[in-house]
Amino acid sequence: MKIEEIYQRLVSRFGDAIRELKTGVKDPWIEVAPTAIADVSEFLRTESDLKFEALNDLTAADWLETDAKKKTPCDPHVEVVYHLYSYSLKHTCKLKVKVPRWKDGVAGELPEIPSVSHVWGIGDWHEREAYDLVGIHFTNHPNLRRILCPEDWEGHPLRKDYEFPLEYHGVRGK
Amino acid sequence: MSLTLEDPRIVEFDVRTDEMLVNMGPQHPSTHGVLRLLLRTDGEIVHEVTPHIGYLHRCAEKIGENLSPPQWIPYTDRMDYLAAMNMNLGFSLTVEKLIGMEVPEKAMTLRVIIGELNRIASHLVGMGAYGLDLGTFSPFLYAFREREIILDLLEEVCGARLTYSYITIGGTTHDLPDQITIPPGLAQLTERNPNMQLSWINALRMFLDWMGPRIKEYHTLLTRNAIFVRRTAGLGILSPEMAMSYGCTGPVLRGSGVDYDLRRDGEAIYTRMYEGYKFKIPVAPFSDPAFGGIPQEVALGDNWCRFFVRMMEVAQSIEIIRQALDRYPTSKGEYRLPFKMNQKLPADEVYLETECPKGSMGFYLVGDGDAEPFRVRAKSSCFCNLSVTGPLCQGVLIADIPSIVGSLDIVMGEIDR
Repeated sequence: MKIEEIYQRLVSRFGDAIRELKTGVKDPWIEVAPTAIADVSEFLRTESDLKFEALNDLTAADWLETDAKKKTPCDPHVEVVYHLYSYSLKHTCKLKVKVPRWKDGVAGELPEIPSVSHVWGIGDWHEREAYDLVGIHFTNHPNLRRILCPEDWEGHPLRKDYEFPLEYHGVRGK
Repeated sequence: MSLTLEDPRIVEFDVRTDEMLVNMGPQHPSTHGVLRLLLRTDGEIVHEVTPHIGYLHRCAEKIGENLSPPQWIPYTDRMDYLAAMNMNLGFSLTVEKLIGMEVPEKAMTLRVIIGELNRIASHLVGMGAYGLDLGTFSPFLYAFREREIILDLLEEVCGARLTYSYITIGGTTHDLPDQITIPPGLAQLTERNPNMQLSWINALRMFLDWMGPRIKEYHTLLTRNAIFVRRTAGLGILSPEMAMSYGCTGPVLRGSGVDYDLRRDGEAIYTRMYEGYKFKIPVAPFSDPAFGGIPQEVALGDNWCRFFVRMMEVAQSIEIIRQALDRYPTSKGEYRLPFKMNQKLPADEVYLETECPKGSMGFYLVGDGDAEPFRVRAKSSCFCNLSVTGPLCQGVLIADIPSIVGSLDIVMGEIDR
């Protein structure tokens, strides 16, 4: 199924929660409202003509321009990207969820997105990684702990304004 | 049926053990690197397994945001260091997809030869180390004897034995060498003069001719070995639904009976490389009576199936390389298209998966008009394959944990990145 048809299916089911279909890029994507992502995922996995059995990749990017010389700075936000694949119907779909960099604009308060770990098993680990490295709080996640960094690590390394620690358990940083 | 006190089984039932937490790793030899498994056990039975990873984490993705793509290629080497060529290939193709580059036919043929050769080397380590996990040492020695020759051949091509950085954006860094001295291992095994000079292609042909019949030996050593079958068959059964849900790919997915290989089903930029090649994709359940038939104890999606898929893939890779070698002399174009170190990337984002020996390795690349990507992400296949250990190891014996984890064939460098 083409991404345009998937988009139409989602719009007729979820209405305003499906925000945008971005075409004219290498991998077209559908933007979904943060609150609806868990329901949309469940719908995409279970519907007989969609059947996205696999979550190929879940990742996040911090959109903050740190280069002051850049002429057109991007709108600061954090986005989570879902790459889905259907083994039985052999089609792909890319979803995006955009949230502010910090919850309610308070620096240090992680933005919240519903978890999809109950829809796809691998969502569990991918979300833990996104939480660990990019700093997104996945609500309803059964076990949202750091996965790659040590549990007492501070900050989220893939944030663009992340500063390397000067010291960690007696080990000097840069 | 009522039990009397004289019944010997009563003793068995009355044994009570305390629940105990056992740490397996991070320095345990059977965990293939620095993987720590926390087992909650009751006697010999494992109730829960929690993998702890991250001991090798170096945040390669953050480093990638500060380097241009050609500079980041050596970092992909160090992910799956047993199949570094396939990692290079995956990332190079992703960059080529982003900038819309199509490599010439000659570069594609070269990539097929090198990529499949590295796949054989990776599967050989997978096979040898799996035998080692289960307590048999000899297959490991055989596997490393063969792998040594492959490493020698790859060294002749690019100068490195493990971290090649050979496949690069636009093609490969060099063409194949014309004249080489025969690799010492190959000269010894085929009883040839150790100073023999020959072309690289002929050396590889000689190796493949020798390697082909050897696969049968591995099957005698492991596949049909009664002890090996008892330790692997019917154990660690992964259903196709679970495999798909947990994002398992590669031999783990095919061992569960899902017919999916990116070399055939992937995106056009990748499948273009394999156009016109004849090869089979081994998928469980197997009905092929080759190698003396399938043991009766085997169930769909068990350890044995995952192992056997890898063994069958080695034979297929040999076939692919043979076809590629026939094509190579008549392939058109250059082995490399230019890509500048500071070439600007377009403001777009792409995701591409390629079939690496251990599974589908995905790279996600976001450009913003600069030479350095805005975001680069490596989706590791072993990371997803390992995530299934928790549910897979529930209720098995402690001794079966190495058997199950080994059958997933993981490399920690790729999981931790």
